[in-house]
Amino acid sequence: MPPDLWSLYGPMLRSRLFEEATAKLWHDGRISGELHLGTGEEAIVAGVVSQLRDGDAMALDHRGTAALLMRGVDPVLILREVLGRPDGLCGGRGGHMHLFSKEHLAASSGIVGASGPTGAGFGLAAQYLRPGTITVAFFGEGAMNQGMLMESLNLAAAWQLPVLFVCKDDDWSITTASEGLTGGELAERARGLGVPVIKADGLDVREVWGACGPAIERARAGDGPSFLHARCVHFEGHFLGYQMLRAIRNPLKEIPKISGPLVRSFLHPRGAPLHERVAGLRTVIGAMLETLRDPRRDPGNDPVQRARGALLTEPERLQELESRIEKEMSQVLASALEEVPA
Amino acid sequence: MRTSRFTQAVDDALAHAMADDPRIVVFGEDVPMLRRDLLVRFGPGRVRGTPISESAFVGAAVAASMAGLRPVVEVYMVDFLGVCMDALLNHAAKVEAFSGGKWQAPVVVRAPCGGGYGDGGQHEQSLWGWLAHIPGLTVLVPSTPADAGGLMLAALQHDGPVVFLEHKLLSETSLEFLGSGGRATVQYDTPEEGTRGPVPRKWRPLPIGKAVTRRTGGDLAIASLGVGVHRAMEAADLLEAEGISAGVLDLRAVSPLDRDAVRGVVAQTGHLLIVDEDYESFGLSGELAAVVLEAGLPCAYGRVCTQTTIPYARHLEDQVLPNVERICAAARQLVQDPQGT
Repeated sequence: MPPDLWSLYGPMLRSRLFEEATAKLWHDGRISGELHLGTGEEAIVAGVVSQLRDGDAMALDHRGTAALLMRGVDPVLILREVLGRPDGLCGGRGGHMHLFSKEHLAASSGIVGASGPTGAGFGLAAQYLRPGTITVAFFGEGAMNQGMLMESLNLAAAWQLPVLFVCKDDDWSITTASEGLTGGELAERARGLGVPVIKADGLDVREVWGACGPAIERARAGDGPSFLHARCVHFEGHFLGYQMLRAIRNPLKEIPKISGPLVRSFLHPRGAPLHERVAGLRTVIGAMLETLRDPRRDPGNDPVQRARGALLTEPERLQELESRIEKEMSQVLASALEEVPA
Repeated sequence: MRTSRFTQAVDDALAHAMADDPRIVVFGEDVPMLRRDLLVRFGPGRVRGTPISESAFVGAAVAASMAGLRPVVEVYMVDFLGVCMDALLNHAAKVEAFSGGKWQAPVVVRAPCGGGYGDGGQHEQSLWGWLAHIPGLTVLVPSTPADAGGLMLAALQHDGPVVFLEHKLLSETSLEFLGSGGRATVQYDTPEEGTRGPVPRKWRPLPIGKAVTRRTGGDLAIASLGVGVHRAMEAADLLEAEGISAGVLDLRAVSPLDRDAVRGVVAQTGHLLIVDEDYESFGLSGELAAVVLEAGLPCAYGRVCTQTTIPYARHLEDQVLPNVERICAAARQLVQDPQGT
């Protein structure tokens, strides 16, 4: 059965609007600490989560909002949780990195790589208690350097656990480029541990949907885990307020804060020989230039826009869908911001 | 006297030591970003980023220290030591004992700690009691820029493993990175004396395991560390207006613990209040009670600690972490009604 782009675009747009509203609340100071958005990875999440059924489980990372929304968790509850309200999904005690929904068998963690063992454990429970159900574990490529995740791939292969490991590869380990920190090839790693690999363009929701369908069916049939590798772009980097993105967007304000101490340190009389200092400076400037050339700045990397583009053939239907979702999301926002009942 | 911000002081002392000692290398998560000023001064050979592989790079730092380097290894937050505890628990802490005292692991593990900015219970823990529980680990928790720089220098000269914890409410870089993200729309209750303060023109190592009296008082002694010291100082001001004279002892190290200093303030006042942002049970506050009991000193004892998983919601978090109100209430109770009648 070919994927229905209309039914995939709706959840993606819904998630995007929800997270943009959350970002605004963060900028307004309604959210105190870190905020990790999943904007940019909607196609991967939608392509996978749309194929889940009752009894399937999800092991989520620190940006699990999109997956929970698409799984059917009440957006008002999620938003209230992110606002730290007592009537939030977890009573305001978890926050956006620690979202839990027992009824959906969905658990998050802010520890990089932790969705690996959680996915394996949910998979084990599925194997015993709910044959035919599966688990999805979401993580980034940075997590692929965590021992616990690689151990989990091996465990899932050895025990033939019904797990789909989903690597949302945005090329950044927090704020350090993954390329220079990662040996070999991720797909080869998974294969080397006995986990079959599928690849898909993470910006193309239909491709993700199509690529992981057979893997999900294999897992349901008891034929073990798979590893989906899909690339994406996080438009806000690791988290909101990331200094390098700020420096690019508002150089006059941010660059002097960075460059003053940097120059003083570079010129300090006591330190390494000049060539090593220059190498250090090149590393720092290279990171800034990389941010300048960053794919985050290219709207062509937006999976929501890409899906939308394919639906423009039916403008009236598209407009009807979008205005319905926009209306829903503004109601969600209003409802989440209502006074806490006494 | 010059002044410095908290993390600036640590980095300055570290740079000072690196210029003197080529064995010191710095690596950890996002170090090219967080320590870019060190990177351009000492080069990418000595200052480098790591993959998000705590077990590998903290474990490697321990072994590198055994083989002649003096690594300063950074994890993003002390909470993440949970991922690689084996390197500290079963290796760094054991080398000296297992080798019959012939081999040490002079590694410095540098980690931000503590809460008060809304990051939730997996990113805001203190955990110094958990770490200090292990024989063989030195655990330092400075509360001022001067102490932070001086203790970093001491850690770098120490012959065993040191965990150096920087409270995020004191650290300008941590709070910018993990809290405000450049926003002017958020405020945090950062203690002024802890975030910026006078530092020596030339760094000298401070003695490890030596508490310092921040304030003298005759009615009770408050022992604390990190941000708790500043909360205690603020509480002591309020208590003074009520006629209660509270002294404040800044422990500065959890291990080794300055038992003499604790016994000293208890002998003077007979009332000891612990303000500890770490978990209440089985930790530093209980250890301090043991110090007093073992010394056979008569003492009315109380504690203000974190009792539960730290909630995400800011208003709940403020109640769970030791705050000035709770400290004042506990102090009043201790002085006026120590039996809780």
